[in-house]
Amino acid sequence: MKPFDILTTSACALPLASIDTDQLIPARFMKRSRADGYGQFLLYDMRYDESGKPRPDFPLHAMASQGAEVLVTRRNFGAGSSREAAVYALVDFGFRCVIAPSFGDIFASNAVNNGLLPAKVSEADAEEILAQLQTVSAAITVDLRESLIRLGNRNYSFTIDPIWQLKLLNGWDDLDLTLSLKGDIVGFEERDGGDRPWVRLADRPA
Amino acid sequence: MTKAARQPRTLFDKVWDLHVVTEREDGAVLLYIDRHLVHEGSFHAFNKLKDRGARVSRPDLTIGVADHYVPTRTRALGEIAPDIAGMIRQLEDNCRANDIRLFGFDDPRQGIVHVVGPEQGLTLPGLTMVCGDSHTSTHGAFGALAFGIGASEVAHVLLTQCLWQKRPKRMRITVDGVTAPGITAKDIALSIIATIGADGAQGHAIEYAGSAIRALSMEGRLTLCNLAIESGARCGMIAPDETTFAYVKGRPFAPETDMLDRAIAAWRNLPTDEGATFDREIMLRGMDIAPTVTWGISPEDALPIGACVPDPADLEDPSRASHVQEALDYMGLTPGQALDTIRIDRVFIGSCTNSRIEDLRAAARVLASRTARVPGLVSPGSHLVKQQAEQEGLDRIFIAAGLDWVGSGCSMCVGMNGDLVPSGERCASTTNRNFKGRQGPGARTHLMSPAMVAAAAVTGHLTDVRVLMRSNA
Repeated sequence: MKPFDILTTSACALPLASIDTDQLIPARFMKRSRADGYGQFLLYDMRYDESGKPRPDFPLHAMASQGAEVLVTRRNFGAGSSREAAVYALVDFGFRCVIAPSFGDIFASNAVNNGLLPAKVSEADAEEILAQLQTVSAAITVDLRESLIRLGNRNYSFTIDPIWQLKLLNGWDDLDLTLSLKGDIVGFEERDGGDRPWVRLADRPA
Repeated sequence: MTKAARQPRTLFDKVWDLHVVTEREDGAVLLYIDRHLVHEGSFHAFNKLKDRGARVSRPDLTIGVADHYVPTRTRALGEIAPDIAGMIRQLEDNCRANDIRLFGFDDPRQGIVHVVGPEQGLTLPGLTMVCGDSHTSTHGAFGALAFGIGASEVAHVLLTQCLWQKRPKRMRITVDGVTAPGITAKDIALSIIATIGADGAQGHAIEYAGSAIRALSMEGRLTLCNLAIESGARCGMIAPDETTFAYVKGRPFAPETDMLDRAIAAWRNLPTDEGATFDREIMLRGMDIAPTVTWGISPEDALPIGACVPDPADLEDPSRASHVQEALDYMGLTPGQALDTIRIDRVFIGSCTNSRIEDLRAAARVLASRTARVPGLVSPGSHLVKQQAEQEGLDRIFIAAGLDWVGSGCSMCVGMNGDLVPSGERCASTTNRNFKGRQGPGARTHLMSPAMVAAAAVTGHLTDVRVLMRSNA
């Protein structure tokens, strides 16, 4: 996973609350292989009308050409379905950070597992950033080490779980660490098998 | 006994502590997983395994269930779209290649994963359970610690049977007193979500407590915990009690005889100790809860059926006003419109939220000797629920009312199998999400209990079911 340290880029403002993962990627596209690229399906039903024509006023179209890597939005972003495809869609589209007052827990966890930073700001700061983006065309800087966002001449702090901060800064994948703890896991299984034998299913019929 | 073990602990903490394999310096805990449920959508994770040339670590604790893509109107995969049939076959292939027990499309026990787990006795008190599906919170009804995960985490569990987690905060939601006749777990759940918000419980494990919760059947508790995720919670739990033990006893995969006695003795220690503290406490009075419906595009957009659609002009918070305006535009509603004047085009009874036998009985009681004014689908939560309903004659009530009685699966809750609400149509639905486009592009969803959906079917508009119940009596 690519480490995340400091990012200076343009930002896309999407002033909507509760953009759920069903909207981030509608269910009908989830049969596809990841190799096809999920960016083309990001927010599909907001981006395109029923005949498949792009809705010209939707902010993602303009921002795509500018290579925006930061999305700024309102509360409860990524609520709902646990589909990691919602994160694939954002990442494959080119986003590396989403700024919002709150995130769905499962979404945030999926985001971190794919190197996408869920940066949580206060509701007032989110509104100010969204308002600034209407007028300022300056670049936005997201500094993960300092938990700081810079836009124009303003600084905004964001919160991120310290465990996730470390993981993103280093680009760590948990899996190799866990596999190296095989001995601890086997030890747990042996202890627990005696304490809670009713949990076992291996001796049960199909 | 250590000092720490004598501290009063919550139900959540007791289950959590039982599963800690090791703890990292940064505070992350490696949690052992007792049950890992997989479905057609888990293919991304199986692909990650293939990329590593690895196999599933504990196939005996991994259980496959076909539900998200299964057709509800045919038993022949050859008759459905090849890409959808391919999803079901792909799950079969992945389970076969890894020796995973599968409740596949052909299995007489097939159903929705969160209905099958409890029904088969795979769900037990005190277990840790995960699934690549956010409604895994359902299993918390037994006092299990159960939560939804993404594909990367599914791959991690397949490979290690463990997951790195940070201990969430604890929230207790107490509902005391007696609820009025006609009030169901769905009404309690929607009232809670409307009170605390769709993100109100983010970062928290909820414990539902109080006399109104204790009085719920297992079916009701499953509905309540199912909807924990719709308030943003990591999981929802209810302390196991005699209702739980009676439900577990005799289930195919539940412990039996002496082993069951031993398990129950351990499960009796799980409820929250007196004096244990929670990070947040919420109290509701059972008597205040009315039949509740959603009018908007988030489950928090819920109100008692006697209320009116809100007016964004009355709201001070600009962000909330803009959300309400967006919801009214999408839903095609007028500010101030009485909820019980909203006309519907169809109904859906089903999903992991409300498709168990008690749900079907409640809907059938309202529909008996009546006719639905709109078309609709009734999809039982499993083949076994379907069988039982047919033995009780419920299928005949639904069919006589004019509704379609179909097979079991996620069906019209998420539309992946092609059971969709057409664009612009309005559906009264027993499901869990009224998100834009959830039941199909442009579909408009109103969430409510099975009895309330049945009432809406009879009148053709959102209706207080208690009016029909009175004329029943």
